[in-house]
Amino acid sequence: MSTLEIKDLHASVETEDGPKEILRGVNLTVRAGETHAIMGPNGSGKSTLAYAVAGHPKYQVTSGEVLLDGENVLEMEVDERARAGLFLAMQYPVEVPGVSMANFLRSAATAVRGEAPKLRTWVKEVKDAMADLDISSEFADRSVNEGFSGGEKKRHEVLQLGLLNPKFAVLDETDSGLDVDALRVVSEGVNRYRASGETGVLLITHYTRILNHITPDRVHVFAGGRIVESGGPELADELERNGYQRFVQAEQKALA
Amino acid sequence: MTSDVAGLAPELKGAKEGQGEVPIASAGERFQSFDVDAFEIPGGREENWRFTPLRRLKGLHDGTAAFDAKPAVSVTSGGRDASGLDGVTVETVARDDARLGEGGTPADRVAAAAWSAFAEATVVTLDGTPDPVTITVEGPGVGASAAGHLQVRTTPHTQATVVVEHKGSGALADNTEIVLADGSQLTLVVTEEWADDAVHAGAEHYLIGRDATLRATAVQLGGDLVRVTSTVRYAGPGGDAELLGVAFTDAGQHLEQRLLVDHAVANCRSNVLYKNALQSDSNDAAHVVWIGDVLIRAAAENTETFEFNRNLVLTEHARADSVPNLEIETGEIAGAGHASTTGRFDDEQLFYLRSRGIPEEQARRLVVRGFFGEILNKITLPELRERLEAAVEAELAITGA
Repeated sequence: MSTLEIKDLHASVETEDGPKEILRGVNLTVRAGETHAIMGPNGSGKSTLAYAVAGHPKYQVTSGEVLLDGENVLEMEVDERARAGLFLAMQYPVEVPGVSMANFLRSAATAVRGEAPKLRTWVKEVKDAMADLDISSEFADRSVNEGFSGGEKKRHEVLQLGLLNPKFAVLDETDSGLDVDALRVVSEGVNRYRASGETGVLLITHYTRILNHITPDRVHVFAGGRIVESGGPELADELERNGYQRFVQAEQKALA
Repeated sequence: MTSDVAGLAPELKGAKEGQGEVPIASAGERFQSFDVDAFEIPGGREENWRFTPLRRLKGLHDGTAAFDAKPAVSVTSGGRDASGLDGVTVETVARDDARLGEGGTPADRVAAAAWSAFAEATVVTLDGTPDPVTITVEGPGVGASAAGHLQVRTTPHTQATVVVEHKGSGALADNTEIVLADGSQLTLVVTEEWADDAVHAGAEHYLIGRDATLRATAVQLGGDLVRVTSTVRYAGPGGDAELLGVAFTDAGQHLEQRLLVDHAVANCRSNVLYKNALQSDSNDAAHVVWIGDVLIRAAAENTETFEFNRNLVLTEHARADSVPNLEIETGEIAGAGHASTTGRFDDEQLFYLRSRGIPEEQARRLVVRGFFGEILNKITLPELRERLEAAVEAELAITGA
């Protein structure tokens, strides 16, 4: 069984006034079969956590470790991390003009699986996966994310999640900007990925509504660049009622 | 625009003809002549020469080029001599052939020098629906200079595909006339696949007949200095010209594209899209210049035109100059627009692809291939398209960009 361990992770971003620390000691362990929700107000550093784990060059990890089955992910290149079994569903998927979705998916699957998928089974696999997410087949010929609506981009992130089947998936606000139907379709896609029980999910969200579709095992409140409280699903209910105010104030007091 | 330039300061001399250091007010007032001596010798600060490194032009512009060699021109189809093929007539004609000049008149000193110096011209006439024709123009060899002249013409309602390949060494100044008869359709690919020493200053003169369609793709890859000046005019209404271009410029290489689409006739269309990639593996700059002039004259009602230049900067030491100009003398048009973007390689795109496991080098190739693919994918000759795609891959291998 796989394990993803984040240990005392500190990360900063370069600003005009020098480096600014955003992650201030994140500790979290996710095991295969578990889904952890990370909830927090805007600007708390949730997305930075996602990007730092994936290896975005904008964020500098200053100390700490991210271990995937004991291997230090932070020493790996971005693409090595993906091949090792990490996946980041992005909040704002990037448009890549001139690269078709079909070509992109096949290139990614070839890289992650270590060999090119057999063409005949691959075509069917992609077709079925697209149908599951209510994605029209014509998207295969379109450039990656180019001109896609917000909802279409998120469906394609979950499409990739299903096809690449990573050990651990970080979903960064995959629910934001989705209408009710799209949220249901996307959540079903995530649940199919979880169904094997051999994969772990780190679900980053601002809102509790996606948790009605994807039931978390653990809920963490993120404020001021670290986890300030952890609990079961009932913690999400409290956030739904009372918001983040209590945690933000406590964090500000601690910083002062 | 005043017709009297006397009394202007000396540095404005020649301004009226667009040869001076001050830009002319309208592309429609460009000076034109078949006579080289009618043009002043450019000094490098003139509007139409200011981007071109004249020192590297091998004297094509100032009378010092000897023009004592000839470009070797061959016309083939499917690898065989094309003369005698159905619908293809290949002629070598003397300077006094009445058809020469029909496509247009030189508008700069190098083009006029080529016109004044060429010994004989090649005229390829296409009739009916001939097989695709390849015209190979080979430079005169290292250290030599040559003046060339080529005319490609169609008969009414012809549908043809022509590839013009430039290769070899030396310095070549030439004029290429593309004359499309009424209702004809020409798909044209012009490649610049020169050796590293080569200098090519080419003037292309397009004349689009009534209801005729041109689908042109320019591919600039090789050469030390390549400067292609393309002018499109319409002989009647209903003409449609698509001018696509790709260029890949390396360290120390200068590639220049100067386009003028002159809409003087009603109900014509033009679409210009040039995409260039720049890379350098040394301190020598890779340089690309794109000048896109579109002129819609008062009579050209219901014109539809768009021009777009995109430059992709892959490394340090790269310079792209992009100057779109749109002049509109009538409000009665269907549409007109222009755009230009120059950007570095997009790190976010790279991150996205790599975050899906795709190795960095492959991710870069995907992005650059995608960048050029929009244009190369339209080349309908599979062998040529594959060869050009491979050439782009080979370019990428130079810097590992």
